[in-house]
Amino acid sequence: MVRVDGNGSGDALIRMREVDKVYHRGGEVIHVLQGLNLDVEAGEFVAFMGPSGSGKTTLLNLLGGLDLPTAGTIVVDGDELSRLSGPALAAWRARHVGFIFQMYNLLPVLTAFQNVELPLLLTRLSRAERRDHVELALSLVGLADRLDHYPRQLSGGQEQRVAIARAIVADPTFLLCDEPTGDLDRRSADEVMELLSRLSAEYGKTLLMVTHDPRAAERAGALLHLDKGVLVEAGRR
Amino acid sequence: MRYLPLIWRNLVRKKVRTTLTIGSYGVALFLFGLLAAIQTAFNQGVEVAGVDRLVVRNKVSLIMPLPQAYRDRILQIRGVRAVTYASWFGGYYQDERNFFPQYAIDTPTFRRVYPEFSVPPSEWSAFEADQEGCVVGRQTAQKYGFKVGDRVPIVATIFGGVWEFNVRGIYDGTRQQDDLTQFWFHARYLEERRRWGKGNVGWYVVRVANPDLATPVAAALDALFANSSWETKSETEAAFAAGFVKQMGNIKLLILVIGSVVFVTLLLVTGNTMAMAVRERTGELAVLKTLGFSDRAVLGLVLAESQAYALQGGILGLVAVKLFTMRGDPTGGMLPLFYLSPAKMGLGLLAAAAVGAAAGAIPAVLAMRLRIVHALRRV
Repeated sequence: MVRVDGNGSGDALIRMREVDKVYHRGGEVIHVLQGLNLDVEAGEFVAFMGPSGSGKTTLLNLLGGLDLPTAGTIVVDGDELSRLSGPALAAWRARHVGFIFQMYNLLPVLTAFQNVELPLLLTRLSRAERRDHVELALSLVGLADRLDHYPRQLSGGQEQRVAIARAIVADPTFLLCDEPTGDLDRRSADEVMELLSRLSAEYGKTLLMVTHDPRAAERAGALLHLDKGVLVEAGRR
Repeated sequence: MRYLPLIWRNLVRKKVRTTLTIGSYGVALFLFGLLAAIQTAFNQGVEVAGVDRLVVRNKVSLIMPLPQAYRDRILQIRGVRAVTYASWFGGYYQDERNFFPQYAIDTPTFRRVYPEFSVPPSEWSAFEADQEGCVVGRQTAQKYGFKVGDRVPIVATIFGGVWEFNVRGIYDGTRQQDDLTQFWFHARYLEERRRWGKGNVGWYVVRVANPDLATPVAAALDALFANSSWETKSETEAAFAAGFVKQMGNIKLLILVIGSVVFVTLLLVTGNTMAMAVRERTGELAVLKTLGFSDRAVLGLVLAESQAYALQGGILGLVAVKLFTMRGDPTGGMLPLFYLSPAKMGLGLLAAAAVGAAAGAIPAVLAMRLRIVHALRRV
């Protein structure tokens, strides 16, 4: 269940209350998000749409603990993000969030295997255990035969699938996808969306996705529209 | 350890830059090692100086002699355990470039004052028995191919003529820093053949009963010969050697200045390299932070990378200079004790690590403070 009216149930995985985000640019004050409420239960697949500059990426940054709100609270799985210190917030991200970016953001000097292994370097897993996890994640995205390929040796779609494998390898609480198909051709975009839909439907992953692509948004269980810093429910499957 | 592949891949990302940076460290540490070896060579006398030995020379100048008759008077001073004397011969072997120090020594007393040199007893006995005998240091013997039984002609620049000696022994040192380039022959042979200055010696070396007596014995010695025609200046062997080095200028300061300039330049070069490396990877560092790498982990990664440059280049330079110094004195006799000690190598590696830390410090702090949201926008 996804709600934006601030009356969600207490057991929501993600709960935002009266969240404001204000930027100061020169002497100008920019209200990016205003009094935003959001409740997302575990297993939901939520898409956020809206015009450029509407605050979609800012919203994802707040949900992912990359930035903190100017006012209001964000509680994820019982942790209030504003109360976490820098190192604790980094550890929280490692444990709870899988990030998927528009430009994939793979490290060019590392192979697909090494890129996917990165989040596991922060865990106590042994080398053999890490290898098992990485191979499983890469086989899940259909790239078991590309372990030793560098990003430059992969197509855009394959790079994004490696990025998805990196996002899921540590089994985070939820995935944040920022325009995951924005840099892909139609076919690759469909493959990536198919993969994300499977993660939601078959593995019960909670996904929050920002997109401009209506076809990608159609895959989500709930569609929210963000405009001028205000969130409204735009549709539900 | 688990971050090693990441550090390594970043190091080899720009191979030319990495090679040049490691090369910079290598060259700097080679130079450091060379300067350290030169300093060791200049300080040789100070390093090998016995704490219980005094050098007694003519107060006017080292090149002025002292009477041989002083020996018995010195022996009467309380606290003196043994006395020997020597004279500078100043010759060369075949060619002026083949220089090594030759001393006319008082054979019966020499080893009592210099116990650190070792000569096989049979060779020493043969030397004592041969008026024209000589004992040569292992290094000089190897350099010129002298063997026991050889007859060696030495051109005498001070006393004139060609003097021939029979090699009766080869000496070694009991410490690494001992000078193995000397050539000893009998003072009695010099006394017999010299045409002028008979009855004189170059200097005395006095061994005192214990090091605490060095200062009072030196004072007593100089007082004994005060107001004579041959006044003396007595000082510890270390002070004598240090004074000798000082005559050539402040070598230590010179080496310190050159070394400092080299390391500061290295710091600027490598600091710039690290700054470029971090600036180019702003987005990647932000991604690492996004994935959950803490600020400290990112700081550590950048510092580790900087250290990796420093240590690889440092080891390369130090190994190269060690190999260079193992070939011996490159000047053909000016620096007989030319070697790089393990302690100096360790110091060099520490210096490289310090430069590595300093060069990586600012970029690492900038990487640590990087704000993810701002950095990701630049990707």
